[in-house]
Order: sequence, then C-alpha cells, then structure tokens
Amino acid sequence: MSLLELRNISKIYGSLKALDNVSLKVDNGEWLAIMGPSGSGKSTLMNIIGCMDKPTLGEVILDGKDIAKESDKGLTEIRRDKIGLIFQQFHLVNYLTAVENVMVAQYYHSIPDEKEALEALDRVGLADRAKHLPSQLSGGEQQRVCIARALINHPELILADEPTGNLDEANENIVLDIFRQLHSEGSTLIVVTHDPEVGEVAQRMITLEYGKIKSEVVNQDFGK
Amino acid sequence: MTKQKMFLRMITASLIRRRSRMLVALLAIAVGGTILSGLVTIYYDVPRQMGAQFRNYGANMIFVAADTDTALTMGAAEEAASIINSSELLGMTPYRYETVRIHEQPIVAAGTDIESTKATSPYWHIDGNYPGSGEVLVGSDVAEHLGLGAGDSFNATYSSGDDSDSEEPNLGVDMKVSGILETGGSEENYIYMSMDDLNALAGENGKLQVVELSISATQDELKEYAEKISQSSDAVSARLVKRVTQSEGTVLTKLQALVFIVTAVVLVLTMICVATTMTAVVAERRKEIGLRKALGASDGSIIGEFMGEGLLLGGFGGLVGSILGFVFAQIVSVNVFSSSITFQPLLIPITMIVSVLVTGLACLLPVRSTMAIDPALVLKGE
Repeated sequence: MSLLELRNISKIYGSLKALDNVSLKVDNGEWLAIMGPSGSGKSTLMNIIGCMDKPTLGEVILDGKDIAKESDKGLTEIRRDKIGLIFQQFHLVNYLTAVENVMVAQYYHSIPDEKEALEALDRVGLADRAKHLPSQLSGGEQQRVCIARALINHPELILADEPTGNLDEANENIVLDIFRQLHSEGSTLIVVTHDPEVGEVAQRMITLEYGKIKSEVVNQDFGK
Repeated sequence: MTKQKMFLRMITASLIRRRSRMLVALLAIAVGGTILSGLVTIYYDVPRQMGAQFRNYGANMIFVAADTDTALTMGAAEEAASIINSSELLGMTPYRYETVRIHEQPIVAAGTDIESTKATSPYWHIDGNYPGSGEVLVGSDVAEHLGLGAGDSFNATYSSGDDSDSEEPNLGVDMKVSGILETGGSEENYIYMSMDDLNALAGENGKLQVVELSISATQDELKEYAEKISQSSDAVSARLVKRVTQSEGTVLTKLQALVFIVTAVVLVLTMICVATTMTAVVAERRKEIGLRKALGASDGSIIGEFMGEGLLLGGFGGLVGSILGFVFAQIVSVNVFSSSITFQPLLIPITMIVSVLVTGLACLLPVRSTMAIDPALVLKGE
C-alpha cells in the first residue's frame, strides 16, 4: 500500500519549471533514494514531500490525504505528526544539549519525555553524549542526534536530505547502518542524495534531471 | 516532563548559554530599571528631604490676630497649634514688638522665646552668642547705626506714650549686647531679647504681634492646616509664608517633572536598545526558527518562546535594576541631602513589571518578524 503518491506534480517559478509533471509512489516500509545533480529539482521535491512547500500543479497524497490542498497550518501539523526530517547540516539548536535537542521534537509533537529521548540517543549510540552541547560533538555525532530527533515521534516517513554529505566514510557507514536498521523495523525512508554509494544501498533509486524523473532503478541485491 | 517545564528549560538555556549576546539587552534593561527605580525612590523621598532642607529657610506659617479687636495671646496660639500634628510641628516662636529708645534713638525691640528661634529661624547668623537674661541680640543694621558691638552695654528706655505727664523719670534698663545678628533680611533692623526682659522693660500685657511656626509638611498640607486653624479659632488667623512654601512647591514640581521626563526618556532608550538587540537575535537565529518550524512549531509557539525569553530577561533586568536603583538613590540622597533614604520593597515588583512591559513592547516587532521565516529557505542556507 502506498504511503506517499505524487500525481503529476509541477513546481513553477516564473518561467522556470523546477519540477515538471513528476509522478511517484512510495510504499509503506520502502527505502527510496532520490538522486540527481544540482538544479535537478531534488530539493524542491524534498520540500514538497516534507510539507515545507506546495506544488503549483498536481496532487501529493500522504497517508490518503492530499497535502497539496492543505493550508500552511495544516502542513505544519502534518510535518509534526507524520514526518521525521534529517538534514545535511544537522541543524541542531546550538544552546541545547543532545538530549534537549531530541526533546524539542517531542515538545512540538506531544509531551517531552527525557527518558524516551535518552533511549533514542542510546539507539544511535550516543547515550554517553546526551548532556553535551552540539559544539562538543563531532559531525557524525551531531548527525546521529539529528537522526534520534527524527525518530523520536515515530514518524510514518523519514525524509533525509544529503544525510552523509558532511560526514567522513566511517560516520557515513554508521548512518547507513542506522538506516538499514530502521528499514528492517518497517520505517519508510526517503533519502535525497547526490552520492551514488548512498543511493545504491536503497531499495529503489530514482534520478531526477531538469525537474523530471530520468530513470528509476530497483536494487535487485537489496537485503542480500 | 510537562510542556511548561520544557518551555522554561529552553528559554533559560537560551539566556544562560547565549549570555554574551543577551548581556547587552540585559544591561539595557537593568540600566532602565536602575534609573526608573532610583528616580521613583527619589521622587517619593524628595518631598520629605526637601521639606527638611526648606525648614532651614525659616518659618513657613505665621499666626496673627484674627482681627484688630482681638489680641493674639500665647494661650490662643498654643490652642490653635494643637490642630497641627505634633510630629510635624518643628518649632513655634512668639514675637512681641515694642519701640524702645537706645541712645535716644527709637529702635524696634522684639521679645521672644530665644531658644525656640533656633528651630524657626535656623538661618540666623550670630556674631557672638544668643542672649541670656539682661542681654540682647542686635541686628547688624542697628548695631552699625548705634555703634554697638558684642560685649557692649547700653541703656534702653521704654515710653508707652501715655506716661508723658509722669513725674517719675524713666530710668530704663541696662542691657548687654550678646551678639550681632546677620540674616540679610529685615531682622537686621531689630533687637531681640527674651520675652521676660521685654515685659520687664515695657510692662507685661500678654499680647503678641505674631507667632512663627516651622512645620514639616507639603504646601497642600500647610494650606489645609491654615484653613482649619483659621476656621476653628476666633483669635488666630493662620497664614502661609509664601516666600518659603511657594519656593518649596515650585522646586518640587520642577524636580518631579524632571524625574518623569528623565524616566520616560530612559525607558524609551531602553526599549530601542532591547528592540535592536532582539532584531539582531532573531536575524542570528533564523536557522533555528526555520528548524523549529520544520519540526512542527506553529508561529504562535515560536512567538511565545521568543517573548518568553524577552519577558524573562525583562523580569531579571528589572530585579537587578530595582536593587541598583536603590543604591543609586541612596548615593544621590546622601550626597545631595546628606541623609539616607528608606528602602521601598514595593518598588521591586513595580520595577520588574514595568521592565517586563517595556521589554515586551520592544520585542513585539522583532518577534513578529519570525512569522515570515520560511523553513525551506533558511534550512537550505538561502
């Protein structure tokens, strides 16, 4: 069953078509990689899937609801309740500790629970770094805090934008291992990347070019 | 953990862990609070301080006879003065004036309670001593005219005008000059002696021309006392010494206006400083605001958090300001009025509330601008 379905969506800025009639389905529990060079429309697509933008044309059905017709307030609620975001730049609040950063997502979603936030950090191997500020953590550790924050509210969709873009190989492997684990537990993952190594570990990979889906590849070796 | 606790945890963490940035705003609020608290303390304490200072300029009320047919006596004056709160009545001095002859020259002699003139006429400058029994204080103009100095003796005679036919010669009374009086005023044209000495010289008649009073009260309170006394007493008419009371009132009005203006200007400057700092803070934290929105924060929630930070800062700045304000007021009071002031605990919550309101107003526009931040743009670094 599809968790997300894009039906003929276009995003037009003046005379520029950032996305041009894109259709896509993502099933529950699927791991999809969206690839493409700079300017291909990856970020625009991610913003639309992440409920931070709306298409000019077309429908975006998330969990049976057309989010293209939602108000800004409605999009905020969907983002809060259904989506976990992971960023290339980590985007941690620099004056809050690791555990407080995780709790911020709980604060906007429901009720902050420090114990649960600590468990989320433990899951990404950072239990002992919970009381550290972002400036006291390495890039890899900051990205893992960002992942713990994305997971804390048990979102239906985890959306990662270049999650390994600022990491060295060792930390990239740690993050990909976490994604594998999340996928094995049934999470739906959409990873936007320009790194073929990250794209190739996904279950399915689409490539964008000039706002259109240029190719779609299903990873036959996935899970082996 | 409740949402309220997390809210407090976030805003206190922001203020404490980003203290270098918030210190500027805190300093502005604390300075504003200090000026507000200090000036309000002075504003309320100055009338008391000024009243005490103005008492040095002499009596601020006089009693005279209610009409020409009525004699003013000490008994009537004391009864009238009983209306005045005893703690406010600093001194009351009776005066009987008679014309005597010294070296054949007519001179106005005042019989009075020498001791009480120290309270009602503290500005008297005496070259010599206050007079004792058989002694007089000679006004400097009289002394110059008669060629008298401290320690000199003279003979004073009194003629009522109706004993011209008396066969007995008026031998007068020998008196000694205890000191020369300088005031720069009309007092320099008189000689002063004790009431007993004047009664001995001119004969006792129990009548007074005037009673001077020094009262520690505001101009309005003095007016009220004067009206009450004049209404309740048949023998006494109470009048204000306008030269003193009006000066006191004018100075106080001007000072209080100055306090209002300075406080208003400082609060406006504080508001501008806080608004500028908060604008910089919002600009600096655009990514954080975008992130919070991406995580599902509503505009109201973001505004609430920034206002919470501002108001907490305002409250803390107000607390610091109210304490520093008292120190400021104390320094001013000690240096200007040479007396300390009493701490007004109510000023702490008042200063905190005003600081919170000023900070809240200053934060409104910068915080409102957070609504325009688009998470998709700022998180991409645009």
